[in-house]
Amino acid sequence: MGNAFQRAKALPLSGKVGLALVIFWLAVALFGPMLAPYPVGAFVAYDVFDAQSAKHWLGSDYLGRDVLSRLLSGARYTVGLAAAAALLASTTGTALALTAAVGGSKVDEPLSRFMDMLISIPSKIFSLVLVAAFGSSLGLLLLIAAFTYVPGNYRIARALAVNLAQMDYVQVARARGEGRFHIAIAEILPNMIHPLLADFGLRFVFIVLLLSGLSFLGLGVQPPDADLGSLVRENISGLGEGALAILAPAVAIATLTVGVNLLIDAIGFSGKGKGR
Amino acid sequence: MSEAPHVEVKGLTVTARNAAGEIFPIVSGIDFALQRGEVLALIGESGSGKTTIALTLLGHARPGATIAGGSIRVGERDLTKLDRSALAQLRGNRIAYIAQSAASAFNPSRTIMDQVIEPALIHDLMPRAQAETKAVELFRALALPFPDTIGARYPHQLSGGQLQRLMAAMALITDPELVILDEPTTALDVTTQIEVLRAFKAVVLERGATAIYVSHDLAVVAQMADQIVVLSQGRIREAGAAAQILHAPADDYTKTLMAAARPAIRPAPEKIALPAAPLLEIRGLTAGYGKIGKDGRPRIPVLRDINLTIERGATLGVIGESGSGKSTIARVIAGLLPPASGQVLLDGEALPPGLQGRSRDQFRRVQLVFQNADTALNPAHSVGRILARPLAFYHGLKGNAARMRVLELLDLIRLPATLIDRPIGGLSGGQKQRINLARALAADPQLILCDEVTSALDTVVGAAILELMAELRRELGIATMFISHDISTVRAICDDILVLYSGTMVETGPRAAFGVAPFHPYTDLLIGSVPEMRAGWLEESHAGAAPPPIGETGDHPDLCRFQPRCAARVDGLCNTTPPPRRPLAKGSQILCHHGDESLCPL
Ligand SMILES: Nc1ncnc2c1ncn2[C@@H]1O[C@H](COP(=O)(O)OP(=O)(O)OP(=O)(O)O)[C@@H](O)[C@H]1O
Ligand code: SF4
Ligand SMILES: [Mg+2]
Repeated sequence: MGNAFQRAKALPLSGKVGLALVIFWLAVALFGPMLAPYPVGAFVAYDVFDAQSAKHWLGSDYLGRDVLSRLLSGARYTVGLAAAAALLASTTGTALALTAAVGGSKVDEPLSRFMDMLISIPSKIFSLVLVAAFGSSLGLLLLIAAFTYVPGNYRIARALAVNLAQMDYVQVARARGEGRFHIAIAEILPNMIHPLLADFGLRFVFIVLLLSGLSFLGLGVQPPDADLGSLVRENISGLGEGALAILAPAVAIATLTVGVNLLIDAIGFSGKGKGR
Repeated sequence: MSEAPHVEVKGLTVTARNAAGEIFPIVSGIDFALQRGEVLALIGESGSGKTTIALTLLGHARPGATIAGGSIRVGERDLTKLDRSALAQLRGNRIAYIAQSAASAFNPSRTIMDQVIEPALIHDLMPRAQAETKAVELFRALALPFPDTIGARYPHQLSGGQLQRLMAAMALITDPELVILDEPTTALDVTTQIEVLRAFKAVVLERGATAIYVSHDLAVVAQMADQIVVLSQGRIREAGAAAQILHAPADDYTKTLMAAARPAIRPAPEKIALPAAPLLEIRGLTAGYGKIGKDGRPRIPVLRDINLTIERGATLGVIGESGSGKSTIARVIAGLLPPASGQVLLDGEALPPGLQGRSRDQFRRVQLVFQNADTALNPAHSVGRILARPLAFYHGLKGNAARMRVLELLDLIRLPATLIDRPIGGLSGGQKQRINLARALAADPQLILCDEVTSALDTVVGAAILELMAELRRELGIATMFISHDISTVRAICDDILVLYSGTMVETGPRAAFGVAPFHPYTDLLIGSVPEMRAGWLEESHAGAAPPPIGETGDHPDLCRFQPRCAARVDGLCNTTPPPRRPLAKGSQILCHHGDESLCPL
């Protein structure tokens, strides 16, 4: 634990800002609904698009609901869904990449060609088609987001793993008679964790944007629940007045993605600085 | 001698900042002076501050380091007092630097000529045409092949030794008053080194340039230097005229260096009564990289018709220059590279060609120790984990029993037990190489394949590793295949020796046979190229003499591969007929048209 604290202290300023934002949003995702002053769907204000007041810190939305409460509850969908999908995409992509790296060209070639094919499918269109076909649900959104980003992660992880598989210590392990599983997990994987973490952060940001985009089109998380993207969409009519109801979720998306980006850049940098 | 010295360094201190932000000296209290036209050698192990001092003579300190005190005078100027632009005017112009690895100093996408004359053009010293003429003169003086056209080539079309010489041409094009050579031959084979040294000596000394020669090799320095400064841990241990340092060193550290440079010959262990089959036998082995073609040869053939045996507890030395296929033999035995044809027998039993089909016990009995401990140990693992893995894998040792055995192994290789939980990254080169060796020992093997285990280490550290290996061999009776490019090391520790040239065995025999002439012409070249620790050796050595002219070479695949460089080649024989394998009276076998009577007893 002290170790993690020391490493956080060693981050450059931008990294510290990123870390603070990430911790803030994780906290909101975890505890937000408990802190929300009003129920998500309750009509509590007399007016729509109210400015902020002591009762409604972020004003009210297009139906007169409390924006702060909706934001605190909605962040959970965005953060949780994106984190789960990024995790799923990264583990699947990396597992396939390791298989390709230790499996030789007979495994590597077809797998890589298949991934090249997947990567050429435009992700938004693909999601639109699936949502149109099956109807939107949290489970489907998770799968779509994960599936879309497997090939990207695979490519990066494979490039890393194939290089590492040529290292002398891997050759030593092979000459010792080690099985492929051991080589992949014990010898190769530990040396790619750093870049993979950075990649995970990047996928997370992409997925936040993809989900927000889908929600904005009305295809994401369905009412009365709302993620940050749907909050922006449903309040679109307040854009002309510059209502807080639309600014707040937009700023939330921005700070979340910028925060994650700053943090991974800083981690990637200090990882390189340590040298190998 | 009344004249003021040309270069004078006084009280030089260079400092750097460590991780905790404290300032500490890298080198301190450095004083030396040299007259115009003299060569001064800086000698010491890696980390002793040689390069740091050499760089200060360019007015430069590595990032993070600063020249904190003292004066550096070159000619009239004190480099510590000059500003950036004045220094830039001097560098590559009045003061030139030749780095250790020329291969990485050249830009791969530009021609040699463009790069060699660049310093002259940058400093506006002469028009392009004149610079090119001058470059060609230098190419000629440096004994480069095709001096008139070599400038049009690209770096990848040239060998390491040629690039090193071209680097010298680049440095000398501006007629600098001071030349700094930083380990310019360390990365080269001995046979190339001698050519490069000759060329350097001719140009640097005969042009009367003042030079500073940085090296860890006393014997090389003996050929070049008028003065020697011995460094250790950032301080001068001893300084004086070359002859004094070489023949009457006063300092203990200098004496250690001298001793380490010439490994003591170890007596061969008593031959024990041997069981019928040798431990390892290789029969008719051909191997290479790439797909195996219809004719049974791989696309990039490397090894050709290799036959060898290693007895229990014996040491076989495999020697040859870079690219001769030494590591490839080890890879074939270990199963990493299936051979195209031929057999590897362990204890009289044929090993499956690749990794597939070998039993865990067969894996255990043969262990591979890679050349470069930096890459052979997984940086993500701790010392304990690296050593525990073979124990668990081969012997099923777990938990406390494994930990006890790891501690035993650390003790065996003379490392403190406290290292056990350390990550690999923080260890020194010598420590890593010991761990590398210990991992092989953990398997409890019968044969260790040691690929250049001391090449990347300083002489003193390398000598300690060799000492350790000899001891382990005595105690544990493990057979070793010792791969090296350094014939003096191999002659000192091996029972039998195999000389490899371009994948063919040109001479094999017991160690004693490598102490007396006649030798195969290539062995002769190898032995004759090892610098001796006395001035004047370079001029006397006949090694690397130009081969006699010869007619067209036939296209038979089994013709002698050494023929293009051989000083003893015979026209009408060597270029038309494959050489036979024949025994010599001294006990070795050679692959050559010459025999005892016709090889000159040099
Ligand atoms: N994977 C590979 N693919 C193709 N060619 C290779 C490969 N590995 C090595 N070679 C070639 O095989 C030849 C022998 O290489 P090897 O590594 O055995 O030489 P070596 O004697 O160990 O040299 P060094 O002293 O530099 O270690 C070289 O010409 C090299 O370029
Ligand atoms: S066979 Fe001819 S060319 Fe080859 S080493 Fe012997 S003398 Fe030289
Ligand atoms: Mg090698």
